[in-house]
Amino acid sequence: MPDKDQALLKVTGLKRYFDVSQPFLNRLLERRKRQYLKAVNGVSFTIKQGETFALVGESGCGKSTIAHLVVGLFPPSAGKIEFDGIDLTTLNNRAQLRPVRRRMAMIFQDPYASLNPRWRVNNIISEPIKAFGLLNGRQAIVQRTSVLLEQVGLSPQDGAKFPHEFSGGQRQRISIARALAGEPEFIVCDEPTSALDVSVQAQILNLIKNLQKKFGLSYLFISHDLAVVRHIADHVGVMYMGRLCESAPVKALFENPRHPYTRLLLDTIPDIEKMGRECAPPQGEIPNPLNPPAGCAFHPRCPQTTDHCICNRPKLENMASDAKVACFQAF
Amino acid sequence: MWWIRACGSIWERLTVMGDSAHPTEGLSLRKGWRIAGTLKRLTDSDIFYSFYHSPVTVIAVFVTLLMIGSALTAPWIAPHNPFDLASLDLMDSHIPPAWEDDGDKRYLLGTDDQGRDVLSTILYGSRISLMVGFLSVIFSMVLGVSLGIISGYAGGLADVLIMRIAEIQISFPAILIALLVDGVLRTLIPNAHSERLAVIVLVFSIGISGWVQYARTVRSSTMVEKNKEYVQAARVIGIHPVLIMTRHILPNVMGPVLVIATIHLAVAIITEATLSFLGVGVPPTQPSLGTLIRIGNDFLFSGEWWITIFPSAALAILVLAVNLLGDWLRDALNPKLR
Repeated sequence: MPDKDQALLKVTGLKRYFDVSQPFLNRLLERRKRQYLKAVNGVSFTIKQGETFALVGESGCGKSTIAHLVVGLFPPSAGKIEFDGIDLTTLNNRAQLRPVRRRMAMIFQDPYASLNPRWRVNNIISEPIKAFGLLNGRQAIVQRTSVLLEQVGLSPQDGAKFPHEFSGGQRQRISIARALAGEPEFIVCDEPTSALDVSVQAQILNLIKNLQKKFGLSYLFISHDLAVVRHIADHVGVMYMGRLCESAPVKALFENPRHPYTRLLLDTIPDIEKMGRECAPPQGEIPNPLNPPAGCAFHPRCPQTTDHCICNRPKLENMASDAKVACFQAF
Repeated sequence: MWWIRACGSIWERLTVMGDSAHPTEGLSLRKGWRIAGTLKRLTDSDIFYSFYHSPVTVIAVFVTLLMIGSALTAPWIAPHNPFDLASLDLMDSHIPPAWEDDGDKRYLLGTDDQGRDVLSTILYGSRISLMVGFLSVIFSMVLGVSLGIISGYAGGLADVLIMRIAEIQISFPAILIALLVDGVLRTLIPNAHSERLAVIVLVFSIGISGWVQYARTVRSSTMVEKNKEYVQAARVIGIHPVLIMTRHILPNVMGPVLVIATIHLAVAIITEATLSFLGVGVPPTQPSLGTLIRIGNDFLFSGEWWITIFPSAALAILVLAVNLLGDWLRDALNPKLR
């Protein structure tokens, strides 16, 4: 077990490009070049032991890609992912990855697609136990799955049912039970509540929070919902076009947003006190990610754009109180 | 349909206990209840509803089961044994069906040129036809489904390779492929074994001519399934790709395969009959329906119609019944047509 305050996950200069070129023959005949989509373009952050790091941003900004890279669903194009001091990008065979994989888990976005419809809940939950060889014997595994089901607020009898017999919130609980089965230290939550009703969202979020206290878990929490993030996160990273534009502790971010994009996001949260008041609509469209704007990627939509922003890209700079901002105007 | 409703209510009374099963009861008892529960779920399902509300399908299933049952029990229910040379009498040859003027009560559907009872040869012949049909469907299915899953899951070079082979093959008629494979294998096998291996050769050649459809269907469903999050969840845990393919994806892509297999069974039986009719199928010592039709064909112009018409009718009824069953299955499993 790493000490408290020590970085559990350290991501440095992470990049992932997707090849979205036309097929070879079309490229040849139409004289087009290969095209790459820079989904994640140089992202660095650290997650401390027992902390929840939230990544927010609009759809298509690369936050889910980061989640998939961290759990190893596909390899990064460049950069390092260090988990408790082990660089995951250097491990390439199954046997080396296995102990690290045991310590990580993932909760998915769509509770209707993340459980195999042909498997009973018992088998779904016990799959990690069997895959990592944590327990031997049928009886021990059955006992463990009952405990897991109770931990997520379901009854042990539910284990004999199929996923289609449950509601969305209950399915997400099953998904959480499966994530807990390998006794992980770190869980990646890829928008775990975005497919749920608001009332159920709160239950699932509180469950996730309580489990964190109980087992000392660390989370990478992907979301586009700032209200959810404010409730659950300790530290927030705001992403725009594949890059982090602001990273700050949750309190600092919500009270004192430094990046114009963060301010734009915060302004879009519906607020009862702002009812009936005129507010400035966000300007501009999201740029095409295949052809991102030069300089600061946010400059076409930014109210404070200067010539400097159009020509140069700001780096993520350290600010006061553990915050980092990538904006020339923030100083 | 009163009889179905009657059966249904009896069934309900039998299975209602399956629902109230209590998990604290003994293990063996619980298992029994679970089977009853599964059966109840089956009878309550949409498929079952659509089944007994389609009289054509009920009849088709009845006819199919009757044909399969009589083929399986041929040695016990056939009035004569057409392969027992000692019981054959050339004096009994060319006898018309029993209801004709010259008919003989012993031979209901008449006899052929060697004095074999046509009804018995049909019963024994459908045995061979069904066996070759089933075996080649299984062979096609195993080959096609595994290649399709590999192609869809692995993608890249394996996908290109498998799908190009499939496309080349599908550009030829299936019967041509079967004839070609059959011909090549026959020349490779020494004469001494040819009769013994004839059925295996036939199964192989019919099976190899039909795998493409399975592979293409399974490939496309696999490509849909592999991007679903439950497959990603298994990959995050580090489950071996082979296990992901067999335990996660395979059960979720088998629906359409069942439909194809049922329709393919009819096609395979027809293909076997065609090959046997052309004389490259099973040897005359083990006649299938196709062989019987060919033998009878020679006597059609001399007015002995029964030798060829009855095996043809049996073949037509069997294939029609299986086809209707397949059509129903396709509609019943297709969510768009519900």
